[in-house]
Amino acid sequence: MKPAGGILRRIAERDRGRITLIVDGEPISAFEGDTVLSAILTVDAALRYSEFDGAPRAGFCLMGACQECRVGIDGHGLQRACMTAALDGMAVTRDRWRVADD
Amino acid sequence: MTDGGPRIAIIGAGPSGTRAAETLVRHGHRPTVFDESPRSGGQSYRRQPHGFRRKAQAIYGFEARKAAAVHAAFDAILPMIDYRPDTLVWNIAGRTLFSGAPAEPYAERFDEIIIATGAMDRVLPIPGWTLPGVFSLGGAQVALKYQGCVVGERPLFVGTGPLLYLVAWQYLKAGVRPAAVVDTAPFRAKVKATVALGTSNPAAYCKGLWFYGALRRRGVSVYEGARPIRFIGGARLESMEIAHRGGQVTIDGDAAGFGFGLSSEAQLADLAGCRFAWNAAQRQQRPQRDADFIGAPGIRLIGDGAAILGADAAETAGELAGLLVAEAFGAGIDRARLATLRRRMRRFERFQDALATAFPVPASIAAEAPDDCVVCRCENVTAGEIRDAARRQDFRDVNHVKSATRLGMGPCQGRLCGSAAAEIAAAAAKIPPQSAGRLRSQPPIRPIVITP
Repeated sequence: MKPAGGILRRIAERDRGRITLIVDGEPISAFEGDTVLSAILTVDAALRYSEFDGAPRAGFCLMGACQECRVGIDGHGLQRACMTAALDGMAVTRDRWRVADD
Repeated sequence: MTDGGPRIAIIGAGPSGTRAAETLVRHGHRPTVFDESPRSGGQSYRRQPHGFRRKAQAIYGFEARKAAAVHAAFDAILPMIDYRPDTLVWNIAGRTLFSGAPAEPYAERFDEIIIATGAMDRVLPIPGWTLPGVFSLGGAQVALKYQGCVVGERPLFVGTGPLLYLVAWQYLKAGVRPAAVVDTAPFRAKVKATVALGTSNPAAYCKGLWFYGALRRRGVSVYEGARPIRFIGGARLESMEIAHRGGQVTIDGDAAGFGFGLSSEAQLADLAGCRFAWNAAQRQQRPQRDADFIGAPGIRLIGDGAAILGADAAETAGELAGLLVAEAFGAGIDRARLATLRRRMRRFERFQDALATAFPVPASIAAEAPDDCVVCRCENVTAGEIRDAARRQDFRDVNHVKSATRLGMGPCQGRLCGSAAAEIAAAAAKIPPQSAGRLRSQPPIRPIVITP
């Protein structure tokens, strides 16, 4: 999949330490203090793909209620990217439920 | 009284939970405070992660002083409470709370439980609202407050209610020019509510006027009395279509904050056995409580988790609940203060009624959603499927729609779609919306890990 570019844009707090997350096997650079959601959505436009039609979803409420940002983290499924602090070396999977073949 | 005294639980460390805990500590109690977040503050006064350096003024604007006071109050009582951050309470049975380490469900019995679980955005479905880039209004605000990020380059703010203008203004102040503000409430509704708003809460009313004026002055397009038709895009949001003044307008925008006021996080109140009743002004089912906030034996409901009255009212209710619980356990309390807080609560209630007049919930957006519009985002249930279920002979309420379609059975458990589905079902079955009922809550109220 070609990255669609970030949906979130950093406008403050850019002098934090850098960390690296592994998203679907590819490294991405993020900041200490990021949530997993911010780490991914600042560089890409999807957190999961609908189990029903494969359409991309990229979170919604950002406060832990809607569960739309669920991803796999270090082998655990259904983790909310918006409520999980990004840590260096964390492995995130988005394609667990992927049904579309592209 | 801390050893062998009554066991008191507070669920939620936002403004109401904080003030309840502070008041109980002042009366010699040691409450247990559960909070799903890593830091106190709740959503309105959500604190940025450790290591971030922005000043309160930059994050909370006009509310900086209040936010800082609520945070300081919580920090000051930390040694005197049993604080459980990062801890989801996922069930209540009687007065027993289930929480904690998911691998080993942890049940604890309390003598008194104060539920202060706050609220989330109330959303109504329109085609395209599942596109990447469309966030709730509160979500667009959390990105800014909590992460120093904004949604998109040219965000659209769509919906209604005070939060619509607040978030648009916060983005403007952060240097991001909104592509447009699309408000379903017509200008005349706000005029109608002016006197009631201005007399019940002049400070909040003036702030609202300020946000509105600032956006207008800076040339942000504000569409009032508009109707959002659909969000448009492929891999992400690109534009949206609205109806305004008899015509259709397409507005480019690469992200959106979308919401129609707030909805209480009332699942724990439901599981605790509190009754619910239809609130016509807010057009939603709300948990019921008496004048002392009691919703069920040993259960008190405070803050936006019980009734959407805002952060100031949440602080007042928290202190009031703290006094009432302290008194119930035999403490002498300041009666004059109690009376003052009760008077203040009545004023907040009047202000909220006026807000409902100024920003009416456009429930027909749900009722008239096209058949192929996704309503339940988790299970991809469409408005058409809900209508089919509601037209069946055996249709009783929205729980029947759930059985027939899987609506509300996904991980969010109907938080986002429940009230919209009730509107759609009621319109299809030709019954009033309150007769369509509400989705019953089920534990765990949010997904938990069962096997490590």
